[in-house]
Amino acid sequence: MTMNEQLTEIWVFGDYRNYFQNRVTLQLLSRGVELAQKTGATVCAVVFGHEVDEWVGEYIAHGADRVLVIDHPELKQYKMETYVNLMVQLIEDLNPDIILIGATNFGREFAPRIAKRMQTGLSADCVGLDINEDGIMVQTAPSFGGNVLAEIITPECRPQMATIRPGTFQEIPHNYERTGEVVKLELPDNLPEERVKLVQSERSTQRFQRIEEAKVVVCGGRGMGSKKKFRKLAELAALMNAEIGATRPVIYANWIESEALIGQAGKNIKPKVLFSFGISGAIQHTAAIKNAEFIIAVNKNPKAPMMAMADIAIVADANQVCTAMIKELKRRIR
Amino acid sequence: MVSELPWDPKTGTLKRALVDGMINPACRHALEAALILKNEHPTEITVITMGPPIAEEVLREALAMGADRGILISDSKIAGADTLATSKILADAIKTACPDFDLVLCGCHTSDSETAQVGPQITEELNVPGIAYVDQLELNNRSLRIQRLSDGFTETLDMPLPGLITVTTQQNAPRYISLSGLEDAFSEADITCLDLNDIGLNSGLTGSDRSPTRILRVYSPVTEKDNTVMRGSAGKIVQQLFDQFDDKIGGAIGKDIKEHQS
Ligand SMILES: Cc1cc2nc3c(=O)[nH]c(=O)nc-3n(C[C@H](O)[C@H](O)[C@H](O)COP(=O)(O)OP(=O)(O)OC[C@H]3O[C@@H](n4cnc5c(N)ncnc54)[C@H](O)[C@@H]3O)c2cc1C
Ligand SMILES: Nc1ncnc2c1ncn2[C@@H]1O[C@H](COP(=O)(O)O)[C@@H](O)[C@H]1O
Repeated sequence: MTMNEQLTEIWVFGDYRNYFQNRVTLQLLSRGVELAQKTGATVCAVVFGHEVDEWVGEYIAHGADRVLVIDHPELKQYKMETYVNLMVQLIEDLNPDIILIGATNFGREFAPRIAKRMQTGLSADCVGLDINEDGIMVQTAPSFGGNVLAEIITPECRPQMATIRPGTFQEIPHNYERTGEVVKLELPDNLPEERVKLVQSERSTQRFQRIEEAKVVVCGGRGMGSKKKFRKLAELAALMNAEIGATRPVIYANWIESEALIGQAGKNIKPKVLFSFGISGAIQHTAAIKNAEFIIAVNKNPKAPMMAMADIAIVADANQVCTAMIKELKRRIR
Repeated sequence: MVSELPWDPKTGTLKRALVDGMINPACRHALEAALILKNEHPTEITVITMGPPIAEEVLREALAMGADRGILISDSKIAGADTLATSKILADAIKTACPDFDLVLCGCHTSDSETAQVGPQITEELNVPGIAYVDQLELNNRSLRIQRLSDGFTETLDMPLPGLITVTTQQNAPRYISLSGLEDAFSEADITCLDLNDIGLNSGLTGSDRSPTRILRVYSPVTEKDNTVMRGSAGKIVQQLFDQFDDKIGGAIGKDIKEHQS
């Protein structure tokens, strides 16, 4: 292990496909800037696509010092093998120290393939990133199926790689006065042909990302007892213009669709008020609600970790409280 | 504290030997997808798992569902393997046991680590085309047409065989296992056990030697807020809650919930 390793470049993959719903690239740039301040590194966004000037400008406005761009009609659509090949060539040419990739579906497939090619480590769904005194990135991730966080490092291999879920870090407000270096690169002509062919791609009509932005979220867990009782939460949520979230056992039991999952494997939320019904508070769940401003938890067990995290801890039956809230709101709202 | 799986606080790795032998949910969907394919396109299904000897249970469960044979990769030297090492071992096992494979199906993620990395990394190691997060699949003349929902897009993709896919839990709901199937799987199961030597990984390197990542420490975070505890009947609590926090809650929901005197 090299002591006091001098970091030179932190790369952030420019995942712009869902820019308006998903600002994970901007969030990673922001964290990248903080890490860079500790080490004097530059923060560099990497963008593949066609007619991507708009995103290049956005990334500079949100903190990138440098943007590496390959702009070509061939890259009009995301292509996994091609993007992997391009990224691997760039890494081999330029030796970045760190690569951060948003844990979108694309990113979660893209990152492990790059790590495999580079024979380096990758940690998934980090909730924290830092640089230690040796100049090595410490990646904190929920782990081992229990209520624990693990600090993971990749001491020897480079680049050090991590995927991070949308909503984990806060973006820096844009500053369109900022300038950055834009490095335009040619599409190499020795690229192998993409073996997987995209036949059709349509923006799905499914609701997308509403819960991430919701001011009020009603979350239910296994403690709700049954599908029928869980459904009562919908009535409560409707009265409060709230979105509904759920824990994993609820999804597995099919009480609600998997879109509603809040946690490490689901969505990050930051409501002004969060109601939590019958949830124990496992780390995989609570990692995603850290940014909730005010939490009201209902649990029969006053010692549940969720209760320790709440501003108001209600020791009672979740169904009874849900029903009483519905009744009381109907009476009060006019 | 809830802990679904036992972990070893010293090494920070899972004590997989203590975990119930049970197929990972996404893998069960992957097996179901393979069984459906086999209905129309006669083929042989091999199930491979890497783990402690007890992981043989997983293979028996898979055979009871309808797989043809099972292969267990078990070796004291695989302990501590991260995803890079795991994918190398599994890819070499595939090359040894099924050199002429048409399709590798993985779960999209495991429920204990949920990294979702092993499938895409096996794809790279085998150097075949691969697609992750597959919901639906259909085979036409050695070309697999798949559908998936990816980052808000519904995608249709074509992939030539041989290839690898990772399967979600959205479709291909696994079949129930019949009792007779389960009995057969225990009496006449075709299960082979291989160690690292058998698959050509005899360099003496352990799982952790092959793993670029290191775990520095594992800890339970404690968040304790100075909170208000409410007890009593549900009706009373709710009254009190709305009276005390009418501004906060009312402001967030955009409605006036103040008690109106009438
Ligand atoms: C790799 C991995 C990833 C994961 N990702 C996620 C994730 O993204 N999101 C997620 O949520 N989970 C995730 N999990 C699962 C997580 O570890 C927990 O198992 C899960 O969050 C627990 O859900 P729960 O609180 O609803 O259920 P439980 O832990 O069973 O808790 C139920 C709670 O309800 C209370 N209760 C029971 N009856 C009542 C009643 N009548 N009234 C009031 N309270 C009652 C109980 O006291 C208890 O505290 C993941 C696990 C792993 C291993
Ligand atoms: N030890 C293992 N044995 C067999 N398959 C595995 C093993 N670990 C991971 N996989 C496969 O890789 C997928 C993703 O695992 P993971 O990257 O751990 O989330 C799983 O659904 C399995 O199909």
